[in-house]
Amino acid sequence: MNEVTASPAPAPVMRGPNDYKSDVKPVWCPGCGDFGVVNALAKAMAKLALEPKDVAVVSGIGCSSRIPAYMASYGFHGVHGRALAAGTGLKIARPDLTVIVTGGDGDGYSIGGNHFLHACRRNVDMTYIVMDNRVYGMTKGQPSPTTEPDWDSKLSPEGTGLREFQPLVIALTSGANFIARGFTGDPNGLADIIEQAVRHPGFSFVEVLSPCVTFRPEQKEWKKIVKADALKPTADMTRAARRMLRDTGFELGVLYAGERPPYAPRGPRALRPAADLEARFAL
Amino acid sequence: MKKTKLPSTVEEFMAYAWAMEVEAADRYAELADLMATHHNREVSELFAKLSRIEGKHRDQIAAQMGWTRAPDTAVFRWATPEGPETTDYGDLHYLMQPWHALKLAEHNEQRAVEFFDRFAAARVPADVQAAAREMAGEEREHVRLIGEWLAKVSPPEPGWDEDMDPPAIAD
Repeated sequence: MNEVTASPAPAPVMRGPNDYKSDVKPVWCPGCGDFGVVNALAKAMAKLALEPKDVAVVSGIGCSSRIPAYMASYGFHGVHGRALAAGTGLKIARPDLTVIVTGGDGDGYSIGGNHFLHACRRNVDMTYIVMDNRVYGMTKGQPSPTTEPDWDSKLSPEGTGLREFQPLVIALTSGANFIARGFTGDPNGLADIIEQAVRHPGFSFVEVLSPCVTFRPEQKEWKKIVKADALKPTADMTRAARRMLRDTGFELGVLYAGERPPYAPRGPRALRPAADLEARFAL
Repeated sequence: MKKTKLPSTVEEFMAYAWAMEVEAADRYAELADLMATHHNREVSELFAKLSRIEGKHRDQIAAQMGWTRAPDTAVFRWATPEGPETTDYGDLHYLMQPWHALKLAEHNEQRAVEFFDRFAAARVPADVQAAAREMAGEEREHVRLIGEWLAKVSPPEPGWDEDMDPPAIAD
């Protein structure tokens, strides 16, 4: 009998942030906030020492939804507003993967608004990063759900007059287990937040203020009004809700880090063959 | 507000200097790619050159300290969102000219001088103060060199950012 010698385990590969970026170069406008998200996401992945093959970045449609192409992990550039549905399915089928869903405010809060509510409610263990520039950039500047009611533009003269969607409040009331706000002008702070979001069990939601310099050039001023570390994490929903009552939309940090266990398919049902399940349906 | 953590050893101080150069080199490289994507070849090449220069400084620091791997990032913490030599993504324009890029670089080097000057004047051990003075001196030299470079570059004409056929318009 031959003697079998176990080969030594390979040394872990130390990766820097640039190792998590692909060779595809972003085509965003110079000055776009979304560059800061690629930067922060790569830094967070490096801090988490994730294997690129164990990460999937999923997106919908829009400028910000191009992100999967710019990362060196697996990626899925899906259908408008359905990134969370795709990400949920992926995480259920492959719980070993770190699933990061990305997109913009139009994709996530309007076209995909219903998916957002239910992703919060289901609390599947994944991270959702929304790059919010309060405008549809890819289709040239229409108001989005987070656009201010009085934003006067050629495509919305005198503004829409509609109240803004409140992503953090919606996420809190719908059951998201981790809720935070970051800013692309602070990629290091944003990387810290994304790292915490990925580590936190359950559905983690990170709203990112990401200026659109082309259609909302006034957003360049955001860097002067954001307040770093103004939101402090709490596991107390009531306290988080009270904090939201005096939210200006520019406070950064972690608002809520809950303790609800993430969704998991229960017991042997998850392992049962599909045919067994089908047999139980009345057709 | 975040406060810069004061280094208590030269090793910790040099981790700041190294991290600053890493961020600056990486960002200039990103900006070079970005300008190439937008067909602004002249500024792209300039940013690529600035990236190589900062990368050289980064490698010099690592060699001087005998580091074979990156220092622990927990050692340093910026008071500002990013390092003092890192160009803000928001300061770019697709029609910018070499003069604009050099003005950004000059601004970054000046911030680096101020950053090291603050350490030199802070309540830190004498050897850290001495290292900070040396680094501030090097950054002053960079400000001077970029000033010379700028003097050879034509400033932009008025209306440099006007584009009769802009890539993105709202109407």
